[in-house]
Amino acid sequence: MDEATAGGLRIAVLVKHVPDAQFDRHIGGDDLTTVRAESILSELDEYALEAALQLVEAHGGAAAGHRVTAITMGPAAAVNAVKKSLQIGADDGVHLTDEALNGSDASATSKALAALLQHLGPFDLILTGMASTDGETSLVPAQLAERLTLPQVTFAASLDLAPRDDGWGLTARRDNDTYAETIEASLPALVSVTDQINEPRYPNFKGIMAAKKKQIQVLSLEDIGVQQDEVGLTGSWTRVQAAAPRPPRSQGVVITDEGDAGVRLVDFLAGQKLL
Amino acid sequence: MNFELSEEYQDLVDTVREFADEVVAPVSAKHDAEHSFPYEVVKQMGDMGLFGLPFPEEYGGMGGDYFALCLALEQLARVDQSVAITLEAGVSLGAMPVYRFGTEEQKQQWLPSLAAGQALGGFGLTESEAGSDASGTKTTATLEQGADGPEWVINGTKEFITNSGTDITSLVTVTAVTGTSQRPDGTVKKEISTILVPSDTPGFTAEKAYNKVGWNASDTHPLTLRDVRVPEANLLGTRGRGYANFLQILDEGRIAIAALATGAAQGCVEQSIRYAGERMAFGSTIGAYQSIQFKIARMQVRAHTARLAYYDAASRMLAGKPFKTQASIAKLVAGEAAMDNARDATQIFGGYGFINEFVVSRHYRDSKILEIGEGTTEVQLMLIARELGL
Repeated sequence: MDEATAGGLRIAVLVKHVPDAQFDRHIGGDDLTTVRAESILSELDEYALEAALQLVEAHGGAAAGHRVTAITMGPAAAVNAVKKSLQIGADDGVHLTDEALNGSDASATSKALAALLQHLGPFDLILTGMASTDGETSLVPAQLAERLTLPQVTFAASLDLAPRDDGWGLTARRDNDTYAETIEASLPALVSVTDQINEPRYPNFKGIMAAKKKQIQVLSLEDIGVQQDEVGLTGSWTRVQAAAPRPPRSQGVVITDEGDAGVRLVDFLAGQKLL
Repeated sequence: MNFELSEEYQDLVDTVREFADEVVAPVSAKHDAEHSFPYEVVKQMGDMGLFGLPFPEEYGGMGGDYFALCLALEQLARVDQSVAITLEAGVSLGAMPVYRFGTEEQKQQWLPSLAAGQALGGFGLTESEAGSDASGTKTTATLEQGADGPEWVINGTKEFITNSGTDITSLVTVTAVTGTSQRPDGTVKKEISTILVPSDTPGFTAEKAYNKVGWNASDTHPLTLRDVRVPEANLLGTRGRGYANFLQILDEGRIAIAALATGAAQGCVEQSIRYAGERMAFGSTIGAYQSIQFKIARMQVRAHTARLAYYDAASRMLAGKPFKTQASIAKLVAGEAAMDNARDATQIFGGYGFINEFVVSRHYRDSKILEIGEGTTEVQLMLIARELGL
């Protein structure tokens, strides 16, 4: 099968609005999550978006019928993650927002997102970052793939698509400490990508202007057929019992060389069980 | 009356600010110390479309305007004036003359690569005895019959030409005397024209780069043109209009330089606030002392005033109103703001302000040229006074 017969790809990229790590964050709210002082599109999600755009560009672009949809879930301000994605190059966006979603853990989040993707779909490929830079659980991609009964490839460090006999197929590489795996899967599939997969682009002015004309669909839980108690704190499997900021780093140890610095350095590292 | 930025301008500011902090700033001290041209940064700026900001999409541009360029320059100059001037000169001196005065063919030939930042253009105006006073121009261009038709044969030297000797420099637009005429009073009037010179033309040489006080990562050379032959069709704009053309280019350029200087002034404020909050002396941070607070407050006043001045000049220009005097005022105010803020910032930094790796000491060395280039402070005062009928 050639690319034309395999047809246009619909790619969903999940993007999250997270507190900017450059600014002070503090913990609070009913669910003891980080409070958003200054928020941005999660940097790790930028890799997923870049991967989607590169795949589309490598296979004929929008002219070939490919389409990239940026999807987010969260309070009103979360739409900024979608807006940024549209500036960078996504074709359209979706924002699932509902008061009842507040406090959702990974399982409740994946439940809502699964329903959302089914409502919007079908998609050929769902791309996510390797984790959110606030919750950092890395659970949602795997849970989502299970809920949607899709093949999943997590932590992909490279990703290519090619037409196969039965439609599009993917090849991904997963890098481990001592070896690298090459994985093939047929589409539709879900892939989470690492920060090694590419170098995300910055939006350009043309993209910023074009984004204003792109559509952002705003949906509620009712629109996608999810009951309020299936998500949020009540629909979550886990609950954060306590959260405390990490104690500030203690001052480092300075080893002044008096002829034996090498030995003392090794002793120090061994004492910390680093050797 | 409203100086609030539209959403798309603000988004551009945020994007360029992020790029400046994440990509430009980490390598600034290195390029400054090594006097090396930041090719990798320029390439990324090209990919972001910064070199194409004010040009229409048909020539590979971003379809923005000159104000968008100014906003980008301000954000870049906060952290690195060399990178900012590379963009400023690349757009307003390299590509803009081709866009403003070029034929359709010239635009199609040169603009797409310039607007993409894949190539850079220079503007060869200044000579050892000709800057703001163009009548001192000694470079000549005479029409001679060549193998494939009439050719300009150019001879002369140029000084301080930005972006003229990089690996990606594709052309330099030079001003040259193409003839003379006699005024009624008997004195000789030089006919000055502008001509496009591809950088690979035999006889065109970018001489050894200057050892400058600042803007070390910006590419600046003297140029030698020895029997440089280019087709007659390389004339840019109307013959004899070279002087008028470059005056227009310089008027616009002053707004861009004012934006750059505003960024430098603001960068000094940001650095000073951070340092004042960290540095301890006599039991508290130095930012707790009123002498430092007042100094930084004064710096913020200068940066803000400079910004308002260039916003005003740019908005007049975009509205098609006369903006020459406002551009001069903005250039003067912003250039002085940058220099004054750099002086105050280095004072706040104390000994560290005298160490080259620090951003504020780089601003101190870099900012002096902002009171000289694109018309000295004295030239701006002369123009403002002339406008007042003096």
